[in-house]
Amino acid sequence: MRLRNPGQTVTFTFDGKPVQGVPGEPVTAALLASGIRLMGRSFKYHRPRGVLTAGSEEPNALVTVGRGAAQDPNRRATMVEVSEGLEVFSQNAWPSLRHDALAVNDLLSPFLGAGFYYKTFMWPASFWERLYEPVIRRAAGLGRLSGEANAERYEKAFAFCDLLVIGAGPAGLMAALTAGRAGVDVILADEDSAMGGRLLREVEDVDGRPAALWVADVLAQLRALPNVRLMTRTTVTGAYDQGTYGALERIVGADAPVECFWRIVAKRSVLCAGALERPIAFPDNDRPGIMLAGAVRAYVTRWGVAPGRSVTVFGNNDDAHRTARDLAAAGIKIAGLIDARADVQVTADYPVYTGGSVTTTTGRLGLTSITVTHQGGTRVIQTDCLAISGGWNPSLHLTCHMNGRPQWREDIAAFVPSPDAIPGMAVAGACHGVFDTAACLRDGAAVAAEIARGLGFTPEVTLPMAEARAYAIAPLWETPGKGRKWVDFQNDVTTKDIALSAQENMRSVEHMKRYTTQGMAPDQGKSSNVLALAVLADLTGRGIPETGTTTFRPPFVPVSIAAMGAGGQGKGFAPSRLMTSHHASVAARAPMIEAGLWYRPSYFPLEGDVSWRQSCDREVNYVRNVVGVCDVSTLGKIDVQGPDAAALLDFVYTNRMSTLKVGRVRYGLMLREDGFVMDDGTAACLAPDHFVITTTTAAAGQVMRHLEFAGQVLRPDLDARIVSVTDHWAQFAVAGPRAQVLLNTVLDDQITDEDWPFMACGAVGIGGVAGRLFRISFSGETAYEIAVPARYGESLFRQLVAQARTLGGGPYGLEALNVLRIEKGLLTHAELHGRTTAYDLGLAGMVSTAKDCVGQAASRRPGLLDPARERLVGLRAVEEGRRLTAGAHLFAKDAKAVTANDQGYVTSACYSPTLDCYLGLGFLKNGPERYGEVIRMVDHLRGVDTLAEVCHPVFVDPEGGRARG
Amino acid sequence: MARLIALGAFGDLLPLQTGDVTCTELTHETLFSIAPYRGQHKPVSAAIKSQLGLSLPAVGRRTIAGDVICQWIGHDAWIVSAPVMLDGLAAVTDQSDGYAALEIAGAGGEAVLARLVPLDLRVSAFKINHTARSLLGHLPVSITRTGAQAFEVMVMRSMAASLVHDLQEAMAGLAARGSA
Amino acid sequence: MRINCPHCGQRDRREFYYMGDAVAITRPAADAGPDAWDDYLHNRDNPAGDTRDLWYHEAGCGAWIVVARNTLSHAVHGATLAQKAAS
Repeated sequence: MRLRNPGQTVTFTFDGKPVQGVPGEPVTAALLASGIRLMGRSFKYHRPRGVLTAGSEEPNALVTVGRGAAQDPNRRATMVEVSEGLEVFSQNAWPSLRHDALAVNDLLSPFLGAGFYYKTFMWPASFWERLYEPVIRRAAGLGRLSGEANAERYEKAFAFCDLLVIGAGPAGLMAALTAGRAGVDVILADEDSAMGGRLLREVEDVDGRPAALWVADVLAQLRALPNVRLMTRTTVTGAYDQGTYGALERIVGADAPVECFWRIVAKRSVLCAGALERPIAFPDNDRPGIMLAGAVRAYVTRWGVAPGRSVTVFGNNDDAHRTARDLAAAGIKIAGLIDARADVQVTADYPVYTGGSVTTTTGRLGLTSITVTHQGGTRVIQTDCLAISGGWNPSLHLTCHMNGRPQWREDIAAFVPSPDAIPGMAVAGACHGVFDTAACLRDGAAVAAEIARGLGFTPEVTLPMAEARAYAIAPLWETPGKGRKWVDFQNDVTTKDIALSAQENMRSVEHMKRYTTQGMAPDQGKSSNVLALAVLADLTGRGIPETGTTTFRPPFVPVSIAAMGAGGQGKGFAPSRLMTSHHASVAARAPMIEAGLWYRPSYFPLEGDVSWRQSCDREVNYVRNVVGVCDVSTLGKIDVQGPDAAALLDFVYTNRMSTLKVGRVRYGLMLREDGFVMDDGTAACLAPDHFVITTTTAAAGQVMRHLEFAGQVLRPDLDARIVSVTDHWAQFAVAGPRAQVLLNTVLDDQITDEDWPFMACGAVGIGGVAGRLFRISFSGETAYEIAVPARYGESLFRQLVAQARTLGGGPYGLEALNVLRIEKGLLTHAELHGRTTAYDLGLAGMVSTAKDCVGQAASRRPGLLDPARERLVGLRAVEEGRRLTAGAHLFAKDAKAVTANDQGYVTSACYSPTLDCYLGLGFLKNGPERYGEVIRMVDHLRGVDTLAEVCHPVFVDPEGGRARG
Repeated sequence: MARLIALGAFGDLLPLQTGDVTCTELTHETLFSIAPYRGQHKPVSAAIKSQLGLSLPAVGRRTIAGDVICQWIGHDAWIVSAPVMLDGLAAVTDQSDGYAALEIAGAGGEAVLARLVPLDLRVSAFKINHTARSLLGHLPVSITRTGAQAFEVMVMRSMAASLVHDLQEAMAGLAARGSA
Repeated sequence: MRINCPHCGQRDRREFYYMGDAVAITRPAADAGPDAWDDYLHNRDNPAGDTRDLWYHEAGCGAWIVVARNTLSHAVHGATLAQKAAS
């Protein structure tokens, strides 16, 4: 029922039925206004439930918003703003909210108490995964995702400020105003759709005018300050180390991002998150229509919606009286005010029951009546809304995020934050245990003024006039009487469950929580934790402080993964590094394959090719017989310069680089300090104090980090400078018998074998552009790598490919490159996988013992030089047409293919068009001593089981004459 | 003999404009990194002062003389946009094609970067000619404030397309909110 | 988590690569023997309290730094260039 003319309304749907609402009001307000009290079914027993609160702590009114890929489950309807065409669906009910088949669970409730599942579905064990869990999951639960990819936009962002004010109620507004006026850079964040907090929902004056008008004035002042940033609809969800806060912003607007997850870094913060009201455990206290008193007040005062026609108020504190007073003033019939305290005096023109408690309620899908037992007897009251107040819990959640333990305050029967629980965070207002408006305003201003002074500003504090009303409370947790008394509405936990927990010796609050699942649902026990704790304390005969409290962890409200991972979908998942030849390769229809962050062409198909193998074989033949061109720019290229450049290289490579002459290149091996191989590559000497080294594509980042570590940390005595030039140079391999012929078509000065022998390097000119040429080979053929500044890369690639084609060759991709290097027994990170040593690879001779280098000492450990280690071998398939596969394991010929018999594994495999058979590289126990032996290769994953001959890993041109030319 | 054609790092991906934010390519014809050898910081600074008219800036700063820029780029390293002769004083490395650079400008530029960069870019903390190495999304970048509402972003050249993609996404999200 | 880089000031943890205990600075001599190398490579304290470890400002200035922090309170006390700590 609406208490005032709503003005403009819009239509949204709830379970497909149209509902009128005021734009911007919460869905729950619109539903209440339309007389809809039933909003959901409970988690376990499928009990009919209505809205309990008016904020983000809502445990009952969880809804799914939207449909299809965009459907968003478990949204708290209290926080979903009404807009035209909005689609809202109830959850956990079938076939409908009113007629839910699984409500049968409620009838079975005597059997379904805490621990029921643990005790019942124990046997047989295999049934759990296949039967019990799926069935239970379907029966119990929340909303569901569609499973489709959601195209909606989410964001994440960073923000920085001097002072983060969390919550814009009376304390937060005064804190922001005081600090902001002093010049402090302030962010004021509040999760509501409008700032003002409690002041928007109360009937009281601040500074001589209605509170809401004072709020509007303050907000206008704050907006005028350039150093203050207001963030509405933004819940601060977590407090993290060094002044970092997580915050979730909901964004309204048709095409706008749905949510933005903020990381806010603040020098200081002040928590002004207010307080949350708690329920009282009395029989059948969960019917639709039973709500927290402050929430009832909020719907009436802020949204102009009456949650019922005849409201009863039940509480144990003075704030409950305010609810009755405000509702009566709004013209709502008060059927009764029940105060659990016997000694209170109230004069009102509605019935007042002191020393009273609610002993039972009726109404299956919505409250119809309650029974009150009070000092004067027992009475049945016809009422459709019961407003309950068990007192207020300061919203101290964030102060627990770094292990802070709240402290119990007897006078307000609530926990308050421990001081300095979060470094840099102060607490003010209701979450500080300060409950009257004047004190909240004062507290917010005082805390902010102190912070401002600490930051070097000179604040002035001007306090508005406001009411100062004392808050008195007598603890009341559970009323006497039989029946189920709900404590945790979201997870269907009753006082009986807690009693069972205590009875079964789960007396620690942490045990109780896990046994009953109290406080574990999306609301994380915001309305139930203190109540559950108090019930447990009473049951175990301990006080609340001794019973302790469970802690609160981030996030304060659920944060969607989509918001945390915003930007990480599709191309945002990882950067793409593109070579300068990328577009030319794509234009040639080459499938691009990821190599780390890089994209490289797999192969270059020609018209009529029916398989990748056909393209690959052709490209291998280009290189073996004519000439091939391959973009190798992805290899890491690092410039090392300085008086001690050679000494630094001697320290990081196993072999000696200081003897390298200018104009020469040498293969090098790098170890980790533990003696295992990190990477291999080449070092080219451009000048006595200037080298350029290459790394594998995969290890470029790791090697750069390692070189900086060696230079900055291990050998700061060496004067050498390291800089990556990977992106500056585009570099192409030109390989094959006609490589020199091809190069001479593009080089300004012709080269010959005499001037450019194997492993030579130096400067060349290409159409007047200064480039570099390296005569190195990763294929075993006569080969060069030619480098030009990246801006010329695409142009050079196109010309090299065109020239290669006229010679009868062409470009080759990663597949052919892999075949070529396997045929030559050359290594990649398939072999340098982090668990192999120079000895395993047959490269022990490269580890110089005449000098120290990283990994040298550890590589000499006896265990790493054991001949029985798995060591590099070549493998040649011996069964006609049977392939070898990487990842397969090796066994003795007649051994069973089980782990105990494992002799090694295959790291690389290919079909060799050169030798017309399948080849592999792998690691085999005592490998080099077993050349000629036929062994069994089993790939359990691909179902391959075949025989292979162990051989030397260099299959083609073992003497190496072809590369030397 | 070959005739090589020079191509820009961004191809036709730039310029971009969404709302009040624009992204345009910046071209540095030459860029050289300078890493002074031990104890040579002052001589290096003096040498470039006499050759180019500017000194090595402090950590996190950029200096400009005419159309020459010298900028701190990392641990004991600077980058300068004109050739210098520092034989024996510093490691000088040609990086002319190592970076792709763009300018992001407009009233919403700071908000766009705030979606991607974990840096305090408020003008009070990050003033004109302040420069920082950081991340933009997953990309290692160098960011410099070049004006009250303008930033230069430098990224490894091979990542130019990813830089544009990330900025485009952030700009679109911001524009979809209706305000910066 | 935020770390004070000696060059760049306070920066988000995502810019840093974590290596481990700062004992990695004191590399034994090549002939120090198996025990010294075993200690250097593998043996680490796991302090509940103050610790010094090596971080690399990989997505920042590229400096290796030694960060003093507390594993209980998560406080970061300070950081120095590893180059200075090493030489």
